[in-house]
Amino acid sequence: MSDGVKLLGKVEAINWNRIQDEKDVEVWNRLTNNFWLPEKVPVSNDVQSWGTLTPEEKLLTMRVFTGLTLLDTIQGTVGAVALIPDALTPHEEAVYTNIAFMESVHAKSYSSIFSTLASTKEIDDAFRWSLENEYLQKKANIVMDYYHGDDPLKKKVASTLLESFLFYSGFYLPMYWSSHAKLTNTADMIRLIIRDEAVHGYYIGYKYQRGLEAATQERRDELKDYTYELMYELYENEVAYTHSLYDGVGLSEDVKKFLHYNANKALNNLGYEAMFPSTVTNVNPAILSALSPNADENHDFFSGSGSSYVIGKAVNTEDEDWDF
Amino acid sequence: MLSEAPIRTQQTTQANPAKQPTERLVYFSSVSENTKRFVGKLNHPADRIPLHKADPELVVDRDYVLVIPTYGGEKGEHAVPPQVLRFLRHPQNRDHLAGVIGAGNTNFGTTYNLAAHKIAKKLSVPVLYLFELMGTPEDVARVNQGLDEFWTRQSQSRP
Repeated sequence: MSDGVKLLGKVEAINWNRIQDEKDVEVWNRLTNNFWLPEKVPVSNDVQSWGTLTPEEKLLTMRVFTGLTLLDTIQGTVGAVALIPDALTPHEEAVYTNIAFMESVHAKSYSSIFSTLASTKEIDDAFRWSLENEYLQKKANIVMDYYHGDDPLKKKVASTLLESFLFYSGFYLPMYWSSHAKLTNTADMIRLIIRDEAVHGYYIGYKYQRGLEAATQERRDELKDYTYELMYELYENEVAYTHSLYDGVGLSEDVKKFLHYNANKALNNLGYEAMFPSTVTNVNPAILSALSPNADENHDFFSGSGSSYVIGKAVNTEDEDWDF
Repeated sequence: MLSEAPIRTQQTTQANPAKQPTERLVYFSSVSENTKRFVGKLNHPADRIPLHKADPELVVDRDYVLVIPTYGGEKGEHAVPPQVLRFLRHPQNRDHLAGVIGAGNTNFGTTYNLAAHKIAKKLSVPVLYLFELMGTPEDVARVNQGLDEFWTRQSQSRP
C-alpha cells in the first residue's frame, strides 16, 4: 500500500550551518535573490502592441504560452517534487522545494499575460488546443513517464532536458516579438523565467553529475547512451511541434536553430559534449541579443590588435569587494 | 608507423628552449567544473585558483590569461567569485594579468559574462574571448590559436 514511502526512524532537522555541498547554498541564495512575481511586470503596457498582431500571430502566441504553461505545471507539481526523495543532502531537498514553487509562479505568469491581453474565449480555446496537440501531449507524456520511474539519475536527466531544452521552442517567440519591438513587457517577464530555468537546469544537471561519481563505468555508459537517446527522441518531437506551430508564420527553420543551440547547452549542463555542430546552431543574432543584450555576435577579440581590443564594457564596478 | 621516427627527429631539431611557453592560463572553476572541462581541452598549461581558504594560495610569476565564469545576482552584484577576488588581491597576480576569457550562459541576460568584463575594466586588460558553459569544439580551436597569436604579439611588443 505504502509503496515507495520510507518509514523513517528519525526525522532530521535541516541544519544550514553544516553544509555537505556548497553548491546547495550558492544555488539557494541565487534562487532566492532572483525571486519575483508576475504582478511586478507591467504586462498591461503591451495591450496596444498586442492589437498590432494579426489574428494568426495572436493565435500562435496564445498556443506557445499555453504549451509553456503545461511544462511549468508539470515541473512545478511533479518534476521538481519527484527529485526530492532522491536528494543527497537536506539542503538539496530545500532547493527543489524552491524550484517547484517558482515553476508554479511561472505557470501562473502566463495566465496573467492571458488575462491582460486576451478574451476568455481565446484563453479557453488555447487551453483546449494544448490538450489536443499531439506533439505537446507527447512531450508531456515522455517526461512524466520518467518522473514516475524509479531511477534517480534518469529522473534528473529528464528534468534537466525539460528545464534546458524543452522550453525553448516556446521561448523563441517572445524573443522574436521583442526583437521587433513588440510585447516587450511580456518579453521582460519571459526573460525572468529563462534566467530561473537556467539556474534550475544548471543545478539539476550538477546533481546528476554528482550522482554519476558514485556509479560504475558500466552504469555511466548506460546513462550517457540513455541521455543522448532521450535527447534525440525529444528533439524529433520538438521539431514536429515546431512545425505544427510556426510553419504558418514561416519561422520554423529559425526556431530549429534555437532548438539546436539550447540542446547543446542542456547536454553541457549534464556534463556531456554538444551534439549539434555549429553549422546548425547559428541562432539569428536578433534573437540572441533579445535574450542577452551582451551576447554580441562577436565574442572573439583575439584577432584585434593593441588598442582595438575591447577593454571591458562600461559596467558598475562599485562592488564592495573591489578594495585593491 | 615507421614514418613517425623522422617526424619526431624533426621536432627535436626545431625545439628551441627559449620558445617554450613561458605564459599560461589561470582559471576559476567551481565544483560544477564547466570551466575546468573547457580549460582541460586547451593545449596551454593552466593553474586552478584554489576553491577554499584553507588551500595554499596561488601566486603567479609570469604573465597569464585568466579564464573565469560569472556568478551572482540579477543586478550583477558579486559577479566575480570571491576566490578570484582573493587571488587578485595579491599585487603580483594583478601585475601579470594579460587578458581575460569569460565563460557564461546567454540565458542569464544582462549579466552574461559580466565577471570577465568587470575584471577587464578594473585592471585595464582586454577581454579576449567569450564562450558558453563547457565551450564547443570551435571555441576550443579558436582559443588555442588565439592564445598562440596573443602571446606571440605580447612577446614582440615587450621592451
